[in-house]
Amino acid sequence: MQAYPASVPLPSSDKRWKLVEATMRRHGHKASALIEVLHTVQESFGYLDGVSLRFVASSLRLPLSKVFGVATYYHFFSMKPPGEHTCVVCMGTGCYVKGAGNLMKTIEEETHVKAGETTQDGKVSVVAARCIGACSLAPAVVFDGEVVPKVQAGAVKEQIRRWMGHDAG
Amino acid sequence: MTLDELEEIAENEKEEQKKIKHRLNVSVAAGCLSLHSDQVLKGLQNIVQERGLEGTCKVKGVGCMGLCAEGPLLRSEPQHTYYRKVPANRPEVLNAIVDNLDGQPIPEFALSPDIPFFAEQKKIVLEHCGEIDPERIEDYIGVDGYQALLHCVADRSRDDVVQEIIKSGLRGRGGGGYPTGLKWSMVAKAPGEQKYVICNADEGDPGAFMDRSVLESDPHRVLEGMAIAAYAVGADKGYIYCRAEYPLAVKRLKIAIRQAEKMGLLGKRIGESDFNFELEVRLGAGAFVCGEETALIASVEGKRGVPRPRPPFPAYSGLNHCATLLNNVETFANIAPILRKGGDWYASIGTEKSKGTKVFALVGDVNNTGLIEVPMGIKLRDLVFKLGGGIPGDRKFKAVQTGGPSGGCIPEQFLDMNVDYESLMAAGSIMGSGGMIIMDDSACMVDVAKFFMDFTRDESCGKCIPCRVGTTQLYGLLERISEGQGRMEDLDTLERLGVMVKRTALCGLGQTAPNPVSSTIKYFREEYLQHINDKTCAQGKCACSKSPASTIEK
Repeated sequence: MQAYPASVPLPSSDKRWKLVEATMRRHGHKASALIEVLHTVQESFGYLDGVSLRFVASSLRLPLSKVFGVATYYHFFSMKPPGEHTCVVCMGTGCYVKGAGNLMKTIEEETHVKAGETTQDGKVSVVAARCIGACSLAPAVVFDGEVVPKVQAGAVKEQIRRWMGHDAG
Repeated sequence: MTLDELEEIAENEKEEQKKIKHRLNVSVAAGCLSLHSDQVLKGLQNIVQERGLEGTCKVKGVGCMGLCAEGPLLRSEPQHTYYRKVPANRPEVLNAIVDNLDGQPIPEFALSPDIPFFAEQKKIVLEHCGEIDPERIEDYIGVDGYQALLHCVADRSRDDVVQEIIKSGLRGRGGGGYPTGLKWSMVAKAPGEQKYVICNADEGDPGAFMDRSVLESDPHRVLEGMAIAAYAVGADKGYIYCRAEYPLAVKRLKIAIRQAEKMGLLGKRIGESDFNFELEVRLGAGAFVCGEETALIASVEGKRGVPRPRPPFPAYSGLNHCATLLNNVETFANIAPILRKGGDWYASIGTEKSKGTKVFALVGDVNNTGLIEVPMGIKLRDLVFKLGGGIPGDRKFKAVQTGGPSGGCIPEQFLDMNVDYESLMAAGSIMGSGGMIIMDDSACMVDVAKFFMDFTRDESCGKCIPCRVGTTQLYGLLERISEGQGRMEDLDTLERLGVMVKRTALCGLGQTAPNPVSSTIKYFREEYLQHINDKTCAQGKCACSKSPASTIEK
C-alpha cells in the first residue's frame, strides 16, 4: 500500500505552515487530530480562514464541510483576524456577581464594538470568556494574555484608551 | 523502573529535604501568578543567593495554597507560617522575610496556619498542593508518589484494585456522583481488546476552578490515578481532555507526562511488568457541552462535541466504539491515596452515602475566596461563615449557588444542612463539580436565573429540540420579567416548560438547565412577583429598575 496521504502542497512559503504540517505528522494525519490541528493553525496565524481550512481538510482527507462544521462549532476558534490587542472579559458566575457585566458595558462604550468584535481600526478585539478559572480574584480581565485580577472600570478604560491611541488621562 | 528503585529515589529526595533547614514555598498557581508571585519567587531567590544561604534555605515555586483572596501567598517552613499579599515590588519586605526565618513572622503580612480557613480543612486531594514543585517529578516521588501505582502493578490483581475502590465508596466528583468503583468494574468486565481511560478536565462550570488548581499544583497525582485506573480496567491508552482556556494547566500536564515517561512510570512496561499505558493531552475548544461524556468522546475523536443517546454507555462503547472509562480530575486525584491507605480508611471519612472529602471553590460575596477541601457532610453554614469568613461589608447572606448552570440557589433556611450529594439534591440543587458562589443581599435572583439561562441557551448544542428551543423560550420569559413586562402566567409557564425540558432533553445539559430557574422560583418567588406586579427590581440589577414603570407598561 502506498504511504498516504500523498502530501498536500503547503498553501504558501509562509514558515508557519510547517508548524501546522508538523502537528498533522505527529498525529499521523488522522482525522481525529482535526481539533489539535485547528489549535495549531489558530496559534500560528491568529485565526482560521478559507485557505487554512481547505489545507487542513485536504491534508487530513476530510470533507471541507466537516472541517468548517468543527471550526464554527467551538467558541475557541475564530474565523476573523484578531485585533492588535485583545481584551478578554471573564463572564463566569464569580465575575458576574462581582460586576463583570458593568465592566463589559464600559469596554463596549469605550471601543464602540460588542463582545466578539474588533474595532474598525483593528486595534482592539473584545472577547467575552465563559470562565477563565480566576474566580477567586473576580472580576478578572485578560489584557493581551495577562490576567488582571479584581479589575476596576477605571483601569479598564485607561488600558483601552492607551491601546486605541487616545490619551490615557 | 521497579518499586525498589522508586523507593530509593524517594529516600534520597527525603534526605535532601531534611538537609535544608528553612524552606520558603511561593505559590505559583494561576491565581497568585496573576498577582505577580513569580516576581516574589525570583526576588527571594536572589536575596538567598546574595546572602549565600542556598545551603540552608530553599526557595521554591509550589502550587495553590487555597486562600486566593490573600495572594500572593508564601509559606515559611518549618514554622508553617503563611505570608499573605506579599508585595513583589518591596524588597525590604522580602528581605525581612528572609531575616525572620527563625524568629517571629512579620505581623503585617503574617497569617497563622491556625485560622479556620486552614485548620478546618481535611486535605486528601490537595494534600500536596502548595508543598511540592509541580514541575518536578522528584518532588512528587519524595512524598511517596507513584508508589501506589507500582505496588498495584507488582502485587495486586486487577480485580483487587477495583474492589478497593468499591470499598472506598468514592463517587464521581464531576457532578453526577456515580459510584466510581462500579464504573471501573463495568469497564473491566466489558468485552473488547482495546480499552481507553479518559480524564475529564474540561472544567466548564463558570465559577469553579478546582480541577485547574489540582492540575497546576499536583499534576502527577492525576497521572498516577489514571495509570492505576488503566491497570484496573485493562486499558493501555489514555487521554486528558483539558480546557484550552487553562494554558498553565496544559503546560504542566505536558511536562509531567514527559517526566513520567522518561522515568518509566508511563509508557511501555511500567514497573517492568507487561502493563503499558500511554497518555496524551487533548485540548478542548470552548464548548460547555463537552463536559457531557458522550460529547467529550466525540470531541476527542476530532468531531463536533455533540452528545448522543445512551445506552450504549461509554463503559461499553465509548471512544472509537471501545469500552472507555471516563472520570473527572478530582476523582482520579483521589485514587492514589485510597490505594495507599486503603478503601476502609477513605470510607471512614464523610457521611453514610457520600464518602471522603470534596474540594470546593468559594467564590463571590465571601471574605475568604479560594479553594478548600472538607469532609463530606460539613454544615453549609461552616463553609460560608467559618472557612469562608462570612460576607464582606455589612451585607447579609442571601443564597449560595452550587453546581454551576446545572445547579440551583440555596437560600438561608438551608444553612444548617449537611453538604453531601443527597442533601443538595433534596434542596433543589446538585453537588456539581464544586463551585460555590455565595451571594449577598445585593443579588437579584431573577437576574441570576437569567444569567444562567443565557449561558445554557448559548451553550446548547442544538441537537435536541427541548434544549435548543426550551432554553431560548425560558430565557425569553426571564428577559420579559426582568424588563418589567412579565405577566403572572409567565411564572406558571416557566415552571411547566422547565419540567418539560428536564424530562425530555437528550443530555445532562438540557436535563438540568431549568434548575437555576426552578430553584429561584421556589425559594425567591416574591422577587419574581415584585418584578411582575410592581415592575421594579429592588436590587437595581434588572432593566425594569432603570426606567419608570409607566413607560414600559404596554
